[in-house]
Amino acid sequence: MSVQIQNITKTYGTQHAVDNISFTVGEGEIVGFLGPNGAGKTTTMKILTGFIPQTKGLAHVCNINVSEQPIESRKKIGYLPEHNPLYLDMYVKEYLSFVGKVHHIKNIKNRISEIIDLTGLQIEQKKKIGQLSKGYRQRVGLASALLHNPEVLILDEPTTGLDPNQLAEIRQLIKNLGQNKTLIFSTHIMQEVEAVCDRVIIIDKGKIVADDKVNALQLKGTKNIYEVEFLHDKENILPKLKNIQGIDTVHQNTHNIYQCQSSYDRDLRAEIFNFAVQNELTLIGLSRKESSLEDVFKKLTQSNPN
Amino acid sequence: MLNIFKKEINHFFSSLIGYIAVGVFLLATGLFLWAFPDTGILEYGYASLESYFYMAPYIFMFLIPAITMRSFSEEYNAGTIEILSTKPITDNQIIGGKFLAALFLVFFALLPTLLYFYSVYQLGAPVGNIDTGATWGSYIGLLFLGGAFVAIGVFSSAITNNQIVAFLLAIFLCFFIYTGFDYISRLNVFYARLDAFVEQLGIDAHYQSIGRGVVDTRDILYFISLILVFLFFTKVVLEKRRW
Repeated sequence: MSVQIQNITKTYGTQHAVDNISFTVGEGEIVGFLGPNGAGKTTTMKILTGFIPQTKGLAHVCNINVSEQPIESRKKIGYLPEHNPLYLDMYVKEYLSFVGKVHHIKNIKNRISEIIDLTGLQIEQKKKIGQLSKGYRQRVGLASALLHNPEVLILDEPTTGLDPNQLAEIRQLIKNLGQNKTLIFSTHIMQEVEAVCDRVIIIDKGKIVADDKVNALQLKGTKNIYEVEFLHDKENILPKLKNIQGIDTVHQNTHNIYQCQSSYDRDLRAEIFNFAVQNELTLIGLSRKESSLEDVFKKLTQSNPN
Repeated sequence: MLNIFKKEINHFFSSLIGYIAVGVFLLATGLFLWAFPDTGILEYGYASLESYFYMAPYIFMFLIPAITMRSFSEEYNAGTIEILSTKPITDNQIIGGKFLAALFLVFFALLPTLLYFYSVYQLGAPVGNIDTGATWGSYIGLLFLGGAFVAIGVFSSAITNNQIVAFLLAIFLCFFIYTGFDYISRLNVFYARLDAFVEQLGIDAHYQSIGRGVVDTRDILYFISLILVFLFFTKVVLEKRRW
């Protein structure tokens, strides 16, 4: 196992930032770490990298105990912290060579030019980090995390604040990296998880609320949602819509648009159309969408309001 | 440790910090020794660097906190401390590297003042009529004193993410440890041999002692322990902050 977390608890005073969580990540897996703000994602990552000590529990990286052999475990990890802190007054190459030397990399120059190519920093490599735009700084952060060719990559919100093009590029980069590395990354963006990860761990208020393959999780929330729009509103449409077999809940969005949820896999659009004909309603819009990971996420992290 | 040391040195000399610190030190000591009438050697008429060695600790008291105030505060503020502490280096290496880099800058500031020594040596009548032993002793004392101030400065910087607070705290601590114990020992409550003991806690007594040209192991041990104590405090603070 590349990463192993056993019953980790982290308390600040009486507040549980992370509450008795356990999970393992196998070699070569890409795991998305999801959760609302303040759920404990960053804390978990900081414990894994040895930046902060856990209150209870064990953390292993490549079978090395993070608390007992911090130096050894850090050698195995490439870490991009949240907000991507960098030495802004250093030059890109200067910074990378500093990181390389700290890691005792042999043949630093070749490795740096290799990593600059990989992260697409060629144009900006002669500049000071402070002069770079956010997207390029993110690449510098990634490059420094990758420099020593770590077995485990831990990226804390690597895509925040990037423009759509940069977003796509960084995602592609992450995906490519994940082919031969164990990768854990946290994010708020569900599409990203769907696009990049094999597996998702959803954490809320310090507890793991879901840990599953992406497609399994998507299935878990399987609900088709139909949006029905009529030209004119009539009385008693809502209960009648609910009577259609397979529709569980109906929600009136505006006066003539209804949202119907169904746990049936079968397409119910024909039934809805027939319903409209029978009730002499003019159907002007009917669309079906499958529930996404986003809905699963919302459901899991909003259900317990305390 | 060497990597951190190099990083810090690069930072000193790629920004203006290093040049300004060394420049200000040289300018201030130069003015006090050669130009100002009250302390100047030309008015004084004796071939001695006494006024330089008297003024230097006070200049260090302001200059060294200014050099060290950013060493940890800036890392906290920029979040880069997280980069350093998640790399395969120990806290001791981080602290040691930062300490040695600032000490190197102090050494670098002291080096050109050997020219003062040479000048006064040549100006003496007859040439070379200067207490060479005391001068070398004072240089060694000044270097150790600089080391102690650097350790205090690094410690103050580790306490807070506010550089101004770190600067002011370091000045106060330097001042207190340099002369504070000396003044306290003169309080009436310390009698018998207690006053001598309290006086020995301060830097001044040991600095004076080395300055006489006798490099006593007790003084050296005092300075080394003082430095180690503050570096140890720094380590404790660094671990505590990471919570």
